[in-house]
Amino acid sequence: MEMMAALAVQGVQMALVLLLAPLLTGIVRKIKARLMRRRGASIWQPYRDLLRLMRKDVVLAENASWLFRTAPYLIFATTWVAASLIPTFATGLLFAWSADLIAIVALVGSARFFLALAGMDVGTGFGGIGASREMMIASLAEPAMLLVVFTVALTAASTQLSTIAAFMASDQVGLRVSLGMALVALIMVAIAENSRIPVDNPSTHLELTMIHEAMMLEYSGRHLAMLEFAAFLRLLLYISLIACLFAPWWLASSSDGPTGYVLGIVAYLLKLLAGAVLLALFETAIAKMRVFRVPQFLGAALMLGLLGTLLLFVTRSIT
Amino acid sequence: MIDSVAAPLWCAAALLATAALAIVLGRSSAATRLVYGATTAISAIALLVAVLRLLSPAPDASSLTLPLGLPWIGAHFRLDALSAFFLVVVNLGGATASLYGLGYGKHEPAPHRVLPFFPAFLAAMNLVVLCDDAFSFLLSWEFMSLTSWALVLAHHREPESQQAGFVYLLMASFGTFALLLAFGLLSGPDGSYAFDAMRAGIHAPTTRALVLVLLLIGAGSKAGLVPLHVWLPLAHPAAPSHVSALMSGVMTKVAIYGFIRVVFDLVGEPAWWTGLLVIVLGSLTAVLGILSALMENDLKRLLAYSTIENVGVIFVSLGLALAFKANGMDMAAALALVAALFHVFNHSLFKSLLFFGAGAILTGTGTRDMDKLGGLIHRMPATSVLFLLGCVAISALPPLNGFASEWLAFQAVLLSPDLPQWALKVAVPAAGGMLALSAALAAACFVKAYGISFLSRPRTTLAEAAHEVDRFSLAAMAILATLCLAAGLLPGFVVDTLAPVTKALLGGRLPMQAESPWLSLVPVAATRGSFNGLLVFLFIALSGALAAWFIHRFGSRALRRAPAWTCGFPEFTTAMQYSAGSFSQPIRRVFGGVAFLAREQVDMPLPGDIRPARLVVIMTDLSWEAIYAPLGRVISLVADHMNFLQFLTIRRYLGIVFLLLVALLLVVAIWK
Repeated sequence: MEMMAALAVQGVQMALVLLLAPLLTGIVRKIKARLMRRRGASIWQPYRDLLRLMRKDVVLAENASWLFRTAPYLIFATTWVAASLIPTFATGLLFAWSADLIAIVALVGSARFFLALAGMDVGTGFGGIGASREMMIASLAEPAMLLVVFTVALTAASTQLSTIAAFMASDQVGLRVSLGMALVALIMVAIAENSRIPVDNPSTHLELTMIHEAMMLEYSGRHLAMLEFAAFLRLLLYISLIACLFAPWWLASSSDGPTGYVLGIVAYLLKLLAGAVLLALFETAIAKMRVFRVPQFLGAALMLGLLGTLLLFVTRSIT
Repeated sequence: MIDSVAAPLWCAAALLATAALAIVLGRSSAATRLVYGATTAISAIALLVAVLRLLSPAPDASSLTLPLGLPWIGAHFRLDALSAFFLVVVNLGGATASLYGLGYGKHEPAPHRVLPFFPAFLAAMNLVVLCDDAFSFLLSWEFMSLTSWALVLAHHREPESQQAGFVYLLMASFGTFALLLAFGLLSGPDGSYAFDAMRAGIHAPTTRALVLVLLLIGAGSKAGLVPLHVWLPLAHPAAPSHVSALMSGVMTKVAIYGFIRVVFDLVGEPAWWTGLLVIVLGSLTAVLGILSALMENDLKRLLAYSTIENVGVIFVSLGLALAFKANGMDMAAALALVAALFHVFNHSLFKSLLFFGAGAILTGTGTRDMDKLGGLIHRMPATSVLFLLGCVAISALPPLNGFASEWLAFQAVLLSPDLPQWALKVAVPAAGGMLALSAALAAACFVKAYGISFLSRPRTTLAEAAHEVDRFSLAAMAILATLCLAAGLLPGFVVDTLAPVTKALLGGRLPMQAESPWLSLVPVAATRGSFNGLLVFLFIALSGALAAWFIHRFGSRALRRAPAWTCGFPEFTTAMQYSAGSFSQPIRRVFGGVAFLAREQVDMPLPGDIRPARLVVIMTDLSWEAIYAPLGRVISLVADHMNFLQFLTIRRYLGIVFLLLVALLLVVAIWK
């Protein structure tokens, strides 16, 4: 019975992240548009875009290889699996132990690896520029991310997300300087990894500064739909991760009844909404930076992560 | 019989006999097939013996003394769990390299320069791992260096090979010299060369510290620790590709064996700062190695530099194990040592695979310059799949094996708060950050390697005319790729196999992984962290298949081919693509200024001038400029000044000899 419940929670989680991901992006776009005094597309527009793309023919470049055609499904699947393993509304997911926080970071890295390869497959200048810059950004963002993971994992003495969430929700944590630094670093990494302003502009096309879009330039139809979906899922993943690590309140656990789960889901929706509002505000308030300013931005994240880890040993928490 | 040390010794003897046979066969046409066939069979047998030994439940060390070598001492050989594990690594690499050689060796222009040395090199590596006294260890070590040096010089007319051979010979003798001193210190005034005596002896703290430093020089130079790595990117690529695979994938591991054998087994309790030293050196090596790899445009040199990175990763784990061992934390030390040994095994798999792939490209196109390649995924379909698996594995991406060992290393890093020393508490997470940095850079490096050579459009006619390689080469690569996948999906099995090794060296072992639910990897406790490669792989495969099925069923399955869009601006020549240099340019701008003092010089002609504009990138190899070049200058300066000694009369020579003798006698007399 317990097994069935855990399986059900895991299934709900997989469906939930899949269904909510386009909505999250839709909300962010809508808020951004309103902040810029535009009316903006409906928050359901991402769903319509996905459906439209899925029904369209694929126009494939003449020399595209099998890697180009399989990569979108692989990238989508990897991101989906990673997003499904984060406790969003409930801990005690059936398969949560199959990948810890380090593995989730690495799964996101796998998706990026294949996207960069796919960008280089057709052999166009744009694909190459996107792949090369993406890997440059990743080479700084990934270690920064892992240092954040270290800070959190050293505090909670675990890399298992459900254990960390339980620890962070308990009274033992208190306010810590290093956790604050880790939060800032994680947000910076999340901005870079999701190709948001100021690192990259998600709504750009035909611009020499684009990174993420440049890699997907040759994609069309269902392949493009998969990649767009993966991008939506990645945004959801990072916001859920931040929520799970630094705002693990009202997470349902297996001992709670149905009301606990409903509360968990409502809380999760509110957390997502808060994340969307904050992201939109931030993006509207700031300008995109030059590509070679990005290393400084991410270098700051890296240093914050490192300082957070080191300060862990010299500071005490305020409880 | 199978448990005894005699079986692998017979295999080594058979390999030596094959070497003799190769000399007899000379240039005859059947020699290639015969020699590689024989080494494949012998290595496979030795591999089987080693695997059975490692898996056998009663692992008592078996030893044997043969009346060889120094009189009255003889040659001691011993087979314990550590040797058995490294025998697996050596012979797995040996067997697949021989299998690969069956196909690849046919293209060899001068087979008589490769065939006799190849089996001898394999035999030497087997012997190093089995030796149980300092004399035969050093003899085998030097034999290994010399045979591999001969293989580096197989294409001896190329100036690059000549320089590589020269530098390699110098560094190898220097390294052996350091090892000689280390063993001299360990054997003490009685001159007990056997490892047993060294193990039993009690060594002073200064001796232990000196031995560790000498080992870092001796074994570290062979393994490629910065700043002793300079020979490696020259020598490894110069050899034929299957030998490059052996040198990078296996010989560096034998060097690591030497380090582990002496530092963990013979010396006794380490001081805590030795762990710190090894961690710092390892993390520097990892980052510098992979940054240098990223700057390379030659595929084999790129792989050689990436070997340096992986050696650094292994040394970080070894340093962690030393630090934990010094503080009596056996479980944590076992975890770090398992991470190191697992990475040893993994690296031997994927580095051999990638070097075989580079050899396949060399056979298929005739070049290893990435800027002349491109589009090989269409021309070499099987190689491209296998090489991709190698790239994913070495970039430490789940669910392949590179990630499993990296994950274990991170888990060991996360045990650092329990260490009492402040320096270690601070340095270990920083080293973890360096590990993460090198892993991320490795991913960038292999996106470049694969993207430039296999993807995109062919840059030259060489790449256009590429052809797939023979089935022996493909079989060798397929075996390694399968093992990479298997070790990534079932890492618990490898960890369990390593238990006797950690038990013998540290007295502790990790919990039995085969008993953990769903075969996950649970190194410490389930609440602390667990990983299950098999399930992650199944989830990805299932959800990917589900998505593909759903879309093809309910969406569209139509597909049209058209010219590439490229934002509506057609690219007329393949030279408009990204090249290897342009791919790494952003990373060079970020890290190159510090790591290589990289500078760009733009030579822009004035308007009206028709000379082409030029952009030159100047990079400095800091360790070469700071250490080797001044050292070389000092040596030539001294040699110039001593040159007059060559032209003296016989009376003066006799006078000098006499004076020296008197001086020495005086020294001895005063000393007493």
